[in-house]
Amino acid sequence: MSRISKTRRGAVALLSAATLTLGLAACTSNEAPAPENTGSTGTTDAGTAGGNDNDAPGEKVVIGFSAPAADHGWMGVITKAAQAEAKKYSDVELRLAEGTNDVSLQISQIEGFINDKVDAIVLLPFDGDALTEISLEAMKAGIPVINVDREFSSPFAARTTVLGDNYGMGVSAGTYICEQLGDNKDAVVAEIAGIDNLPLTQDRSKGFADALGDCGLKVANRVAADFTVAGGETAAANLLQAAPKIDAIWNHDDDQGVGVLSAIEAANRDEFFMVGGAGSKNVMEHIKAGDSVLQATVIYPSTQAADGIRLARLIAHNKSMSDLVSHTVPRTVQLFAPTVTKDNVDDFINDAFES
Amino acid sequence: MSETTTSPASNGAPPNAVPAHTQTTSRRGNGSFVRNIGLVVALILLIAVGVVTSGERFASVDNLMTILRLASAMGVLAIGMTFVITTGGIDLSVGAVMGLSTVWATTLATQTMAQNSTWLVIAATAIIVGLVCGVINGVIIAYGKVVAFIATLAMMVASRGLAEIISNRQTQLIKVKEFTAFMRDSFLGIPNLVWIMIVVAVIGWFIMNRTTFGRRTIAVGGNPEAARLAGINVRRHLVYVYALCGTTAGIAAVMMLGRTNSGSSTTGYLYELDAIAAVVVGGTLLVGGRGTIVGTLLGVLLFTTLTNVFVQNNMSTSAQAVAKGVIIVAAVLLQQQFAAREKAHT
Repeated sequence: MSRISKTRRGAVALLSAATLTLGLAACTSNEAPAPENTGSTGTTDAGTAGGNDNDAPGEKVVIGFSAPAADHGWMGVITKAAQAEAKKYSDVELRLAEGTNDVSLQISQIEGFINDKVDAIVLLPFDGDALTEISLEAMKAGIPVINVDREFSSPFAARTTVLGDNYGMGVSAGTYICEQLGDNKDAVVAEIAGIDNLPLTQDRSKGFADALGDCGLKVANRVAADFTVAGGETAAANLLQAAPKIDAIWNHDDDQGVGVLSAIEAANRDEFFMVGGAGSKNVMEHIKAGDSVLQATVIYPSTQAADGIRLARLIAHNKSMSDLVSHTVPRTVQLFAPTVTKDNVDDFINDAFES
Repeated sequence: MSETTTSPASNGAPPNAVPAHTQTTSRRGNGSFVRNIGLVVALILLIAVGVVTSGERFASVDNLMTILRLASAMGVLAIGMTFVITTGGIDLSVGAVMGLSTVWATTLATQTMAQNSTWLVIAATAIIVGLVCGVINGVIIAYGKVVAFIATLAMMVASRGLAEIISNRQTQLIKVKEFTAFMRDSFLGIPNLVWIMIVVAVIGWFIMNRTTFGRRTIAVGGNPEAARLAGINVRRHLVYVYALCGTTAGIAAVMMLGRTNSGSSTTGYLYELDAIAAVVVGGTLLVGGRGTIVGTLLGVLLFTTLTNVFVQNNMSTSAQAVAKGVIIVAAVLLQQQFAAREKAHT
């Protein structure tokens, strides 16, 4: 069971999706709680100026929040960012359930929220299937549920679903590698995956293969690790022996990337460049300094639960997202997986978290 | 029987085989020799597959050193495990203890101390943490009379948890450059990590085969009651053996620190199973009474080479897992054959 919880879809990340112009100032570390302050980050303007009263204090709303135990960096950031977001609004009262990987405990947490008649529930389920039934009950009781990251098995169980994009991570990484390698059709591209039997790993790999296929490249060597530094090191050391000359590597996860980088340094190899995954601070520091083979990383946002909090508030207030013309909050919000390179690393690095 | 523990839940060999191998040194030598032949043949076959399928990429000195380097930490870990299993016990905690050791050795406090003095502080910290965990295991098993499977399972859970608390579930990078430099260095063309394994293996072989300690370990595993009647302090000996196993986990942790350049609560995850598999495949009996260091090392090399050959051929981890499973079952079946044959001779 606990293995599943370690399946970080990204060690750490930050920043919400540019596509949705939520303009979050999501992180806990360097942003003072200020109710009227919306996005200060480098995404697009969030329509903070006149005409948008979304951030104006309204009726008090009680939001219940439940997520799995913070057993890795990415998951820890999820809850912290959600808390920080809730603090920014004087009209939001957050009921924070303790993070748990026990499905029955998480179900009883939601039961508690229903009994308390909260105004909305933001739920990152440990197991989407297992939490579907109780979420249906909440919806029937008239409480909108905002499903984050791990999808329920029924579309009726959530008012709105906020998702990351594993397939998109692969696409972003593949597209970047295509751009860098240009016309070199004989280029050797290698891939270091996470835990191979997880759907998220398969999605990432599929996106990567599709994007590479678009420019006539394919994955020449592929190994799978296990999201740990030790696993990353072992996989990379073997990979480097299997491929004497490589042009580009995509490593799915920046946490195991610490081990991958160590193996590369130990083997004295630098004829290729590497793209990371998730977006940890350590990796961004390498990208910024240009002192390693790391040239870029693709992000899996750890601010999606914070997005959930804001959407929950809007739904409870019967409002819509300020940059949408439609009157209600969308059913599904899928976040983008931006590519971080030396050129834009400064936009992201301050919000990145230690892996 | 109450003096020691067997591992009822974890082996396929019939429990009544236990008294069968309270044997002499020479017979132990012969048995392990025959089994080692089988392992050597398996390893040669695997290498042949590697050479045929991957040619020079596989058959290079560079690749050989990579295989040995990747085998080194597991080798050290499995040597400690060999002693424990020889006593008829089991240590499920070694992987988690490795994780705890890497975390403890890379805390800010430890690294600051190391920076102010010598990188050896990091290594010493990791080894001491391993040793202490091993002693706790041993005392609980020998004096608390808790079955080894349960006692070390508890240690596994607890030390993984403690590692997560200390590290706050973050990866702790090593800033002490001298440490990483030493671990990545080589001497006479052989990586220092491999030298560490060689030194530990030679000491382990010597202790097992040439000292009273080794003979007692075998006697305790073969028949604890007889060992007690022969004047061996079985309880104290068990504490020593688990302490030794914890120490090798600490040394393996140092080697993983060198390889990954970081400490993490996830380091060593499921390594206990790989170590046990290597020991059993190597020919050490899970019921105790016989241990072979050379066999264990061959078992580790077999698994590491297997991974390398699979990656060389760009094959999936799933196929690799199947091959690993087949090898383990084949080895244990073979082992049972030997156990049955020797029983018939007794």
